[in-house]
Amino acid sequence: MTKLWKKYILWFAQEHVDFRVAEFESIVNLFGLKFRHLSQQLLNPFWLVEFPSDEQALQYASRSIALRSIMELYAHGHKMPEFHEQLKTHVQTNGQQLEAFFKAETFKVTVETYNKHFSQKEKVAKIESMDYLPIEGDVNLKNPTVEWWYLEFYGLDPTAVPATADDIIFGRVLAQGQRHLIKELSLKTRKFIGNTSMDAQLSLLMANQAKVCDGDLVFDPFVGTGSLLVSAAKFGGYVLGSDIDFMMLHARCRPSRISQKVRDKDESIRANLKQYGCEQRYMDVLVADFSNPLWHNRISFDSIITDPPYGIREATEKVESKHNPKDVTRTADMVHYPSTSHYALPHLYRDLLDFAAKYLRLGGRLVCWFPFHREDYNEAILPQHTHLRLVANSEQILAGNTARRLLTYEKYLEYSEETAQQSPSEDAVETTDFRERYFNTNGALETRTVRRMRKAEQREQGRREMELRGKQPVDVRAQKCDLNKARFD
Amino acid sequence: MKLSTYNFLTSMAIKGVKVGYPLKLRITKKDLVESEFNPTFIERLLPKLDWSAVHAAAQQAELADDIPAEQPENIAENELLMQKLHHLLFEIDVLEGEMECPETGRVFPITDGIPNMLLNEDEV
Repeated sequence: MTKLWKKYILWFAQEHVDFRVAEFESIVNLFGLKFRHLSQQLLNPFWLVEFPSDEQALQYASRSIALRSIMELYAHGHKMPEFHEQLKTHVQTNGQQLEAFFKAETFKVTVETYNKHFSQKEKVAKIESMDYLPIEGDVNLKNPTVEWWYLEFYGLDPTAVPATADDIIFGRVLAQGQRHLIKELSLKTRKFIGNTSMDAQLSLLMANQAKVCDGDLVFDPFVGTGSLLVSAAKFGGYVLGSDIDFMMLHARCRPSRISQKVRDKDESIRANLKQYGCEQRYMDVLVADFSNPLWHNRISFDSIITDPPYGIREATEKVESKHNPKDVTRTADMVHYPSTSHYALPHLYRDLLDFAAKYLRLGGRLVCWFPFHREDYNEAILPQHTHLRLVANSEQILAGNTARRLLTYEKYLEYSEETAQQSPSEDAVETTDFRERYFNTNGALETRTVRRMRKAEQREQGRREMELRGKQPVDVRAQKCDLNKARFD
Repeated sequence: MKLSTYNFLTSMAIKGVKVGYPLKLRITKKDLVESEFNPTFIERLLPKLDWSAVHAAAQQAELADDIPAEQPENIAENELLMQKLHHLLFEIDVLEGEMECPETGRVFPITDGIPNMLLNEDEV
């Protein structure tokens, strides 16, 4: 039996363009959709695609964040006469199927231009140039039964707008994408956020990359304020997270909103999920150090979505004993904060990939960000693991010379003691730390420890001079402790 | 902390601990959060659960009558037991309490429903 393929227009938001193809592939893969590409310019805001049925097209639209709307294609031409000819032929040959739409009670035609501005008058003239369409209903701009869509595309370059449109497209609006979720989950209105909360659009994209669907168990080992869990829960995942920062998980850290002086009592990751009506998807968050094993090997996650700390705005740390130059006398009843040390990014990513290889189900996905300096970039710096296959890699450019890539890995090999031994556990590749490069752009390399010791020395000297002048030094440590206590009461 | 999470937690990060499972749970304050029964999710979780820890959790949550000591066969077909498991694993929220490492006796506190699994630097 031959399938009747239908042609569709995918109309994208021209934002995070590099993520578009990866998202499309993930959604297609998630629902097992079949498709054929008709247009090859993947950077354009529209794609012409064939799906076997409306149902499949709607499934795609039900998840896509990059998609603004999906249209059923009626005509596509590069020159005006050619376009009108096509539209007439399409209406004639598919008369019966289209009859119901043309006879609908009310309608609306949206005229869209890309890279050129049309006045209202010009737009109306465009609609009237298609007066041969047998539309019978009345115009209703607010709530039409049927909506048609007309596009003139003038290329991507705003400095070289062609005289005539490159593409002229007409179709019937089938469905909207999921961009309304970006507003719904906006950080501006979210209960509990922190300095490094991921914005709604990117976290939704990440959930799509991870192919989260109803009943999945999703884990974030660097959960922070749970911004990635929100989007995963929105798509039906049961979410679990862990973080080393006790104050963060208990929402007692300093508020990041400028208008907010103290955290509300009821701020928490759970409150965020409640705000968006997915509290039932909340499993747990726990305070734990990612560099230490915690989970029983019976557990398996359907996906791991995470944004590890890069060491810039959020510290990279793990619990570790280190030589303490100060002689501290500790009593048993004294509150003790575990000493942490720098968790170098290459080690963190090695641990993360190893964790994913161990605890993901077969076919499960790890989605994580990877920061780097653009001039250093080549495929070889990306973390690799013998049990994981890199399936997508999209770049977001950050400030200055830095960028980060959203990496999507899929587990394709079952983890066991034997297979694990084949993987090179300790790789000799010790790339310069992201943080070090970030703060030492002029090449003056000073390791973290050296700098810290130097700073401590400076402070110590300042203190001595203060004493000489007969001033009492302020106990900063005690001040900090008091502040932390005050936040908790 | 939900009792489903408890089922997967170990203390094997502590220096010298081999298995560190199951942790001994003590509940001092718990809450009931009603949630929708999702049979597919429980069915997917079932094969991963350790029944002895499920049973231990049930005793601590004063629901010992609901959960048999031995894992019954074909749980998925036993609708009533599935409902009870759902109640035990997802609806009981431990707000205050602690978990103890079976080998070293190290105690992990649970405050405000969030377990603190962090170790001190001399323990790792």
